[in-house]
Amino acid sequence: MRILIIGGGMGGTILANNLARRLAPELKTGKARITMLSASERHFYQPGLLYLAFGRVTPDELYRDQASLLEPGIEFLVDPAEQFLLDQNQVRTKSGRTFDYDILAIATGSRPVPELIPGLAENSETFYTEETALKMFRRLREFEGGRVVIAVGVPHKCPMAPLEITFMLHDYFKDRGILDKVKLHYTYPIGRVHSLENVAKWAAPEMARLGITYETLFNIKEVDGTAKVVRSEEGSETPFDLLVSIPAHRGMEVIEKNNLGTGGFIPTHRHQLNMEGRKNVYVLGDTTNLPISKAGSTAHFEAEALGENIAAIVKLGAPVRDYDGKVFCFIEAGKDRATYAMFDYLNPPDPKPPTKAIHWFKMAYNKLYWTSARGLL
Amino acid sequence: MAEKRVIDARGSFCPGPLMELIAGMKMAQVGDELEVLSSDKGSANDIPEWIHKAGHEHVGTREEAGVWHISVRKVK
Repeated sequence: MRILIIGGGMGGTILANNLARRLAPELKTGKARITMLSASERHFYQPGLLYLAFGRVTPDELYRDQASLLEPGIEFLVDPAEQFLLDQNQVRTKSGRTFDYDILAIATGSRPVPELIPGLAENSETFYTEETALKMFRRLREFEGGRVVIAVGVPHKCPMAPLEITFMLHDYFKDRGILDKVKLHYTYPIGRVHSLENVAKWAAPEMARLGITYETLFNIKEVDGTAKVVRSEEGSETPFDLLVSIPAHRGMEVIEKNNLGTGGFIPTHRHQLNMEGRKNVYVLGDTTNLPISKAGSTAHFEAEALGENIAAIVKLGAPVRDYDGKVFCFIEAGKDRATYAMFDYLNPPDPKPPTKAIHWFKMAYNKLYWTSARGLL
Repeated sequence: MAEKRVIDARGSFCPGPLMELIAGMKMAQVGDELEVLSSDKGSANDIPEWIHKAGHEHVGTREEAGVWHISVRKVK
């Protein structure tokens, strides 16, 4: 059984390691084979970017060699996929090689596309890549006061990021002693301050307490860098001195180029995680079109369910469990307090008031993550 | 040629039916019709509220066995 995994991010890596452990006997005898293809030799811990924008981590802390995270028995190649020939059960790569598979798992992730909004990339700061997070770090250090607007594109990964960056900006300016010179204004695409109702119920009074104003039903249409105004699809506009954006995302270009899904998001069965219409092609992480959070924990829990299922297919001939939609997201509520939201398809979250303990749990998890990537935690 | 698309957002707490619709509208062409399926009764108000504010056409809303079907046409 040839298992081919495309993507060396959180979902792909946890899946590969999970499978390698479950299928250790089969890998030894050659009954199963696991190959991972990635575009990079390094594994990148994306949640660290939020902290990089404030100088609380350095870039080197966010990378490890991908090969160092993988169980023995996994064939790992830096050779990105270029063509998905699903009718032939093949993937062709940049180097020109063709990989045959019996089971394919696509975990190629998503990318920010600020360029789709006129004026956004050049007139806002963001923290969704190393380069832009470092630029934001420098910009924040130079900022001496004014109106800071947070604007949010749809869809985006890390659904808690809009709130987290807002609360962290508040504490950052407070620590710098310039909070009295800063006006924070939060905007959000739907009719409350967060997609999760219980999170919004907690966050709105918290914003009021901290003097942060907000406008809901605000979807970014364009940014006028000369007038320093961001305009919404809903017909409103708000001025800024510093604009911080959470850009809209798309799936990777290779997914769009191969017509696997609109916007690069592949139609995926919500429980079995197979690509619609394809029994032997699975999708996990940001790459799916599922109506769930594009978050690391989503990829993690999907990878665990899929690992169990693919191993069961090899050993028993059939999958054994459904993915239940489980997501777990920390929510930083400032520089040293945090809460979390845990939910699935059936059960909404019920976040508790932020505590220092949860914040320190998140700080610890930022280091412990590498154990999750190895499929252990 | 205008297309019809269904966005199944049942059981979606985050990002939720309205965000799923907004994402779908961004990728749709003018004239396309999108139907959102939601298991959250709040969608029956939230979604038409956004449709109206954003200037699109609310084609209709119906409820069937605890699922709300809300249709919108992209106007601009």
